[in-house]
Amino acid sequence: METFYTDVLCIGAGLAGERVAIETAARGYETLLLSLVPPRRSHSSAAQGGMQASLGNCCKGEGDCPDIHFADTVRGSDWGCDQEVARLFAETAPIAVRQMAFWGIPWNRVVAGTSTYYKGGKQYEKVEKKEKEHLITARDFGGTAKWRTCYTSDGTGHTLLFTMDNEVARLGVKVHDRVEAIALIHDGETCTGVIARCLRTGKLRAYLAKATLIATGGYGRTYRETTNAVICDGAGMIIALDTGLVPFGNPEAVQFHPTGIVPTNILVTEGCRGDGGTLLDVNEERFMHIYEPEKQELASRDVVSRWMTHHIRIGKGVPSPYGHHLWLDIRHLGAKHIKTKLRDVEEICNEFLDRDPITQLIPVRPAQHYSMGGVRTNKDGAAYGLKGLFAAGEAACWDMHGFNRLGGNSLAETVVAGMIVGEKICEFLEGYEVTYKTNVIRDAAKKQEERIARLMRGADGKESVYKIKAALGDILMDKVGIFRNGKDLQEAVDAIQELYVRADKVGLRSSAVGVNPELAVALRLKGTLRLGLCIAYGALMRTESRGAHAREDFPERNDRDWLKRTLAYWKSESDTLPTLEYEKPSKVWEIPPGERGYGSCQIICSEDPEVVGQPIQRN
Amino acid sequence: MGRQLKFNIFRFNPEDPASVPHMDTFVLEETDAMTLFIALNRIREEQDPTLQFDFVCRAGICGSCAMLINGRPDLACHTKTKKLPDEITLMPLPVFKLVGDLSVDTGTWFRGMHQNVESWIHTNKVFDPKAPEEPMTNEMAEEIYELERCIECGCCIAACGKANMVPDKFMGAAAFNRIARFMMDPRDQRTTGEYFEVVGNDEGIFGCLGLLGCEDVCPKKLPLQDQLGMLRRKMGWSAVQHLFSKVFSRK
Repeated sequence: METFYTDVLCIGAGLAGERVAIETAARGYETLLLSLVPPRRSHSSAAQGGMQASLGNCCKGEGDCPDIHFADTVRGSDWGCDQEVARLFAETAPIAVRQMAFWGIPWNRVVAGTSTYYKGGKQYEKVEKKEKEHLITARDFGGTAKWRTCYTSDGTGHTLLFTMDNEVARLGVKVHDRVEAIALIHDGETCTGVIARCLRTGKLRAYLAKATLIATGGYGRTYRETTNAVICDGAGMIIALDTGLVPFGNPEAVQFHPTGIVPTNILVTEGCRGDGGTLLDVNEERFMHIYEPEKQELASRDVVSRWMTHHIRIGKGVPSPYGHHLWLDIRHLGAKHIKTKLRDVEEICNEFLDRDPITQLIPVRPAQHYSMGGVRTNKDGAAYGLKGLFAAGEAACWDMHGFNRLGGNSLAETVVAGMIVGEKICEFLEGYEVTYKTNVIRDAAKKQEERIARLMRGADGKESVYKIKAALGDILMDKVGIFRNGKDLQEAVDAIQELYVRADKVGLRSSAVGVNPELAVALRLKGTLRLGLCIAYGALMRTESRGAHAREDFPERNDRDWLKRTLAYWKSESDTLPTLEYEKPSKVWEIPPGERGYGSCQIICSEDPEVVGQPIQRN
Repeated sequence: MGRQLKFNIFRFNPEDPASVPHMDTFVLEETDAMTLFIALNRIREEQDPTLQFDFVCRAGICGSCAMLINGRPDLACHTKTKKLPDEITLMPLPVFKLVGDLSVDTGTWFRGMHQNVESWIHTNKVFDPKAPEEPMTNEMAEEIYELERCIECGCCIAACGKANMVPDKFMGAAAFNRIARFMMDPRDQRTTGEYFEVVGNDEGIFGCLGLLGCEDVCPKKLPLQDQLGMLRRKMGWSAVQHLFSKVFSRK
């Protein structure tokens, strides 16, 4: 078996993985990036809207500062986040944006003078100051007090990823693309790398490393309707959960985006609504102002998604062969605005829907969008349970998003977490030596070889991998979606458990040598079902509503009993349900739990003196 | 009932000694709003689980799924079947190394390009985390973004007559566009002379035959022709200066 040695192994070469790699490589540690795809094809490139940082350059962002960004993030999380991490994040974000500018991002800039903007379909005027001209500007996004979202047209993720990968190329960091990590190598205490499968040849490899980082993105593809790329199947979370030692933090915290296009679920950016786009119903009438008079279309994602679903449920949806949907209207923004600031949106509508958003309405409905949960780490990015294992970005539950992430905070998290976790990995590596145990490596490889051989032989049965995977997507979408209740969730758990039994009888239809795409799916299948069980069971047990987790049978946010983070473990191979443990979400309560200022606000108050006591004064 | 679409698809698995390059035929009923992303996944899930192809974003932004669609390089994900005839022939992109069936190794090719053109800002400045950003006009930012939109799908390379003649030697439009992007960026301190060293030769801009297949097929509609023209002028002028400096230094 081919074996590679490195100091730092980053699994995943999206923004978070690459930013960590840059930090460790620049500080002299040998670094290797593993990626399913060429790095620039990673899902980070799909983020259109922008990156939040409180630069406060544009007039609508005047007076912005990390304190306000921090407060928005905590409120957005519905007090589910780790406030120490959110604070660290908000303080670092402006530096991250400026560093990316230094590396080559063509951020849009402030243009002095009078210009118009739209909010809720109405036109307003703003005057940008001369002294701020040519500095990095920002746009409006959901759930924020200030205009804080830095952007490059509507290709922010694309430019960030290309610029980040340029830096990776400049530093000469090794990249192995078309490689999939399929198991962590560990001895029960320390992680020392991965067993991986080459997606060019199908051969197994060992990657041995002092520090291993999981930066594989979210687990959106467990759902039938998702805005996520086809590679976002939680592969990193699967191999971490497989160890039985590393917990899946807040699996039930799954965000839906209000505007996936129907039928392909491709995302159209929040920027549409940020720039003044409106949501219309079957009568082509606005409705968000009825439910959310203050924030209207710009309330946070969970709130907008829920009201949209509610509005469809009361019969105001637009019927279509793909089910009911609503309309997004950006026609009033005009051809010039759409063709420059929302160009990708124009392209998506024309190319995938055959519709021109300058003259026509866009069919949208909420789709799974973001995984707040992930590999649970401490504030340094070190995973719980195994020494030498780290995680960053969407793959991690670091946890600055709690139960709902704000638009523009995901790109910001990838870069900021990359900086911080990269630095912490370097600190960890200082003077750190590790012994590679040959028996541990051999056993890990042998286990994977045997799995592959069994699947190829069809020794266990003839169940179809694709059918089981699709069935999971249906269950999660229909029963663990935007609105949840005890009955549906119990049914979901039962149904996924049945699939889990069937998954033991999977057989491949082809024994083709080499890549064999069916085998790649089959190798992840049981892991994918375990993720599904963690999501559904975590949601069933959490008898409250918080952020994106909305229980119809428990509509109130229950800070008395549920101000805690779920930690789901898969302790034994023979288990058919995860073991759930809980921890307090934050050690610091700079902002004690309160009302978010949008969405419903029934709250059962916390009685924990540590939580509700005097806010800690910062100097 | 929708049309019966006939797909002729190139097949070859280089890992299998028994495999020989050939075409396979699949028939699929067309559904509403069908794209090649939907069609190819259905073929793999329902008819042949070994079929290799690459999709990531399925939204026209990641550049993974370029292939020859009835002879023309384009992204499969944004290609609607209703714009195609009943018979659809799919081949892998030429020039790039074949991984298998419709999957080609664009990753290695573009990695080489990044190193070759040194696809990063060259500056002797050091980032100061405490300093505000350097100012830039919004127009300049938008001009850079216009060229930064390349998604490295490889269509322009596959459509290039020269790249097809000398697959490992010609830089191609994607590389020229990248150089043009850094040349216009005020943050990059490279001189025209330094760019000349990279691109002022037959493997670079002087090797371009001017066929402009690149411009015709670019799925992001990048203004490639303008970049080729600009580079040719600048590098031509630089070549003349280069020549003169040699003549004079001989005296």
